[in-house]
Amino acid sequence: MALTELNTSKSENPYIPFLSEITDVIKHTKIEYTFRMTYHGDVKPGQFFEVSLPKFGEAPISVSGIGDGTVDLTIRKVGKVTDEIFENYVGDTLFLRGPYGNGFDIANYKDKEILLVAGGTGLSPVKGIVDYFSAHPDDCKGFTLLVGFKSPKDMLFKKDFEIWKKNINIIMTVDYPDEHYDGNCGLVTQYIPELMIKGLTDAVGIVVGPPIMMKCTISDLLAKGFKEENLWISQERKMCCGIGKCGHCKIDDTYICLDGPVFNYTKGKFLKD
Amino acid sequence: MGYQTTTAKMNAIFADLSKEYVIYAPKRYVGDGTFVHIDTIRYGEITDLSEIEFAEKSNYSFKEVLLPISETLFYFTENEMKEADAPKKGAIVFLRSCDLHGLKRMDAIYLENGAVDTYYKRLRDNTKFILMGCENSFENCFCVSMGTQQSDDYDAYLKVAGETVLVDSHWDVLDAALAGATQTPVIPDSVTANDTVVTIPETVPQTLFDSPFWEDYGNRCIACGRCNFVCPTCTCFTMQDIFYTDNGKAGERRRVWASCHVDGYTDMAGGHAFRNDKGQRMRFKVMHKVNDYKRRFGTHMCIGCGRCDDVCPEYISFANCINKLDALVNDTAKEEN
Ligand code: SF4
Ligand code: SF4
Ligand code: FES
Repeated sequence: MALTELNTSKSENPYIPFLSEITDVIKHTKIEYTFRMTYHGDVKPGQFFEVSLPKFGEAPISVSGIGDGTVDLTIRKVGKVTDEIFENYVGDTLFLRGPYGNGFDIANYKDKEILLVAGGTGLSPVKGIVDYFSAHPDDCKGFTLLVGFKSPKDMLFKKDFEIWKKNINIIMTVDYPDEHYDGNCGLVTQYIPELMIKGLTDAVGIVVGPPIMMKCTISDLLAKGFKEENLWISQERKMCCGIGKCGHCKIDDTYICLDGPVFNYTKGKFLKD
Repeated sequence: MGYQTTTAKMNAIFADLSKEYVIYAPKRYVGDGTFVHIDTIRYGEITDLSEIEFAEKSNYSFKEVLLPISETLFYFTENEMKEADAPKKGAIVFLRSCDLHGLKRMDAIYLENGAVDTYYKRLRDNTKFILMGCENSFENCFCVSMGTQQSDDYDAYLKVAGETVLVDSHWDVLDAALAGATQTPVIPDSVTANDTVVTIPETVPQTLFDSPFWEDYGNRCIACGRCNFVCPTCTCFTMQDIFYTDNGKAGERRRVWASCHVDGYTDMAGGHAFRNDKGQRMRFKVMHKVNDYKRRFGTHMCIGCGRCDDVCPEYISFANCINKLDALVNDTAKEEN
């Protein structure tokens, strides 16, 4: 299909999406696929796009990888918009708006010892950080990825783990193992006490996952000796317009779609819905 | 420039202006209210000054002129999107001082917070605002507490007294139309006191977010959202796609008013929702109206029109809530000392 100039370029009107080509689909689980989409422009890990499906609506999807002229959007099939994307993406394009939000700033983690704790799909918004330091291991003083999935069937980015493990210390655990599984079991928090962190007062921690997992992980990291100002989180909220208008993402004086979703913990800890 | 003229002359001027502008003003709709057999006063098109309800407060604000209850954003076919056309005519809106302050709150969200909103801006740029004075305060108004009882940020002020019309114009088109009229200084009527007075706590400690204080509201509020819909400064919306036929490929995306009191406001795909408790929704709204908005934008969001108190079917008073919250904040501070 020939994409017209009109559709593929961004409109002055922030509500009008542009067409982006699907260049690859990576299937992780039955309900989680990564769509590699054409996109030319600046984008950071942890930012998000609104995937826009005429007739069905929009879904905010965080950027799970950044390539040359592409962005990866890892989509979980959990609602009418994402159901439709999975069932009918036979077309080779999707409409997008974005990128929105602040995203993770790699500069904040350079030359530091980094611990990244991710739960399930929480790995998507931080995957770009892992990709970066996996490719540039000398840019940090060590990188540990502590990641938990529900079960072996729920693992995401398996191929990427193969690449990452060369330069990155990976601890993976699952809540519910099956008979073929012979790795770590249990919650990510079980593995925090034994983590070897060389300089706790300077190490940075990045935590993304379901609300409960984030809460427990943060409190364990603080107990271990991480400093609040060295912790970073990403807050998932109902995003709708992405541009500070619809009000759905507001918490206190903060618009998650504009000022977040990534926060330093010293600010993020005060965000109460 | 101030003028004195007649209703006949003024109606003729508006008839002429109506070629380029739709004129919106509060009108009385008989037997149409929240409570059966009560009239509603809401915005509608007028062609004659006599249609305007000057004597009472409007139950709804003017906001629907700039932010329609349902607004088409664009039309789509499978591969194409076409921005919905703007109305051909501009708008002239009659409103009171508090609402004119409300306009600034809408501007803050729609023009300043993040990207400029295409739809709001194109309506806003083509709208003229005519101030209606207030000789006396209405029930539940607390504009004086909010500092919104006066405004000179209007295109014109207009007062009807019998057959006489007094106008203060800041709009060259109107000045030209009134060129032959008697010039006289005109100062807008405004109130200096209301029966309802609110004291807003400067800061509210976050520990009070979980206070039993909110539970009473949780028990009474039925989550109907009316307090949000009548409020000139509530501007949230939800987007919806409508398609014309089931198997057809054409349709449109709209935005419709949304309410933080109503179920579903914070639902995320996959089912997780924040603030299921209605008391917490009240807390969220109150904090936004008289606390966190100010920290972001410099003024309080609430303009003290009292419409939320007028409309609530459960007789929940927002003004009372602010005063009770202030007392609670003071008591809590004392206990800590
Ligand atoms: S919160 Fe109530 S009093 Fe304040 S502006 Fe809104 S409707 Fe008016
Ligand atoms: S406070 Fe009153 S008007 Fe507002 S949602 Fe609750 S019941 Fe409805
Ligand atoms: S998503 Fe609409 S204001 Fe943030």
